[in-house]
Amino acid sequence: MSGLDPSAPNPSAPNRGALDRRALAARIAQDIPEGAIVNLGIGAPTLIADALPAGLEVILHTENGMLGMGPAPEPGLVDPDLMNAGKQPVTELPGASYFHHADSFGMMRGGHLDICVLGAFQVSERGDLANWHTGAPGAIPAVGGAMDLAIGAKSVWVMTDLLTRDGASKLVAACTYPLTGVACVSRVYTDRAVFDVIADGFAVSELFGDTTLDELQELTGLWLRDATGSDETEGMRS
Amino acid sequence: MISKLRADASEAIADVGDGATVMIGGFGAAGQPVELIDALIAQGASDLTIVSNNAGNGDTGIAALITAGRVRRVVCSFPRQADSHAFDAAYRAGEVELELVPQGNLAERIRAAGAGIGAFFTPTGVGTTVSEGKEARTIDGRDYILEYPLRADVALISAYRADRWGNLVYRRTARNFGPLMAAAARTTVVQVDEVVELGALDPEAVVTPGIFVDRVVEVGERPWLRAGEFVGAPA
Repeated sequence: MSGLDPSAPNPSAPNRGALDRRALAARIAQDIPEGAIVNLGIGAPTLIADALPAGLEVILHTENGMLGMGPAPEPGLVDPDLMNAGKQPVTELPGASYFHHADSFGMMRGGHLDICVLGAFQVSERGDLANWHTGAPGAIPAVGGAMDLAIGAKSVWVMTDLLTRDGASKLVAACTYPLTGVACVSRVYTDRAVFDVIADGFAVSELFGDTTLDELQELTGLWLRDATGSDETEGMRS
Repeated sequence: MISKLRADASEAIADVGDGATVMIGGFGAAGQPVELIDALIAQGASDLTIVSNNAGNGDTGIAALITAGRVRRVVCSFPRQADSHAFDAAYRAGEVELELVPQGNLAERIRAAGAGIGAFFTPTGVGTTVSEGKEARTIDGRDYILEYPLRADVALISAYRADRWGNLVYRRTARNFGPLMAAAARTTVVQVDEVVELGALDPEAVVTPGIFVDRVVEVGERPWLRAGEFVGAPA
């Protein structure tokens, strides 16, 4: 679950240089170093795989039992025994390995996975993540591997639009949707800016387009630390 | 001579009783033992508890079992999907109960049953609705909740090849829950593409040793393979 439809525009935020999904995926890909073992959540985060530079050795993990996952197959070469966590057909790269589900989730809980990138309904100032259930009456809950990923990877990043379709901020003081994990998110990449979760809330490390810090504070209703001039937020952080 | 081979799927699942807890392998369609499930539908056992990652896709396999009205309860991590209409309808009609378990906890609970572990502390789900009513503990500064093993009367799984001792190898991501469920059920029934001669499986590459397997049914090669080589399938 991502909370993002890769093809949909965000009507609530006029695009004045705000990043579209592919551009945001490319921005996130820049922060993934060679050698990292990465799980990309279902939905928009899967776009990051296509944005990784050719030749950079990043190992993709899929929780249904594979390391070294490759891109979608050519038409006619779909192998029904080889799919990703979103149940989309994928391929096997040289160096790939297969394993059962207990090993796969042990890789998360055991702290072996470097980065996972997930979608979100909400992220709170202390890094709580809500991305699995709206709690709406009649909605059938389905959590999958989201709770394991949220607490398991060394760095949990979120890829999302800043605002919902109704214009509400996905960055919040405290989540109102049911939680996926507590204090687990370290960074949020949105179409308007990059936010780091710090001790006293969110710090803005990068602004996209003509977005300003004042505007973000107005849109989110949150106090935001200005970290845009600082070098310390560059590169991967955990 | 030891032989776990059975003539067909009907014979292999003949003794599944009403009210049984049945683990069913697979992640979506990959590794789902469709021929064994079809035989179970024909056999007629009802009031079943199904333990599986999903609650059926499309109209075959677990979905068909639900539509046939045989399932009372589902223990799974991800019931709702684009093509989970069979489960959705039964759940909304109040015909099927759901126990939702995060996927890693589901896998580990099944593993624990097969490995003789009485319970375990997991960090997954701490601070969320799935931790409600569960024993909590802080160990070395990290918070955990207590989860108990998941056992079954029968496991139905799909593998790629077997020998008559029940040694198994799988194919790609169709492995998923198979090795865990094989160990967690009183009776484990496996469908395979092909049964090979004893000694033909590389002992270094056996994934599920035959000790965890009771019955093996050969159902024939899937359409995307030919003589063990991948030949492709329509997109």
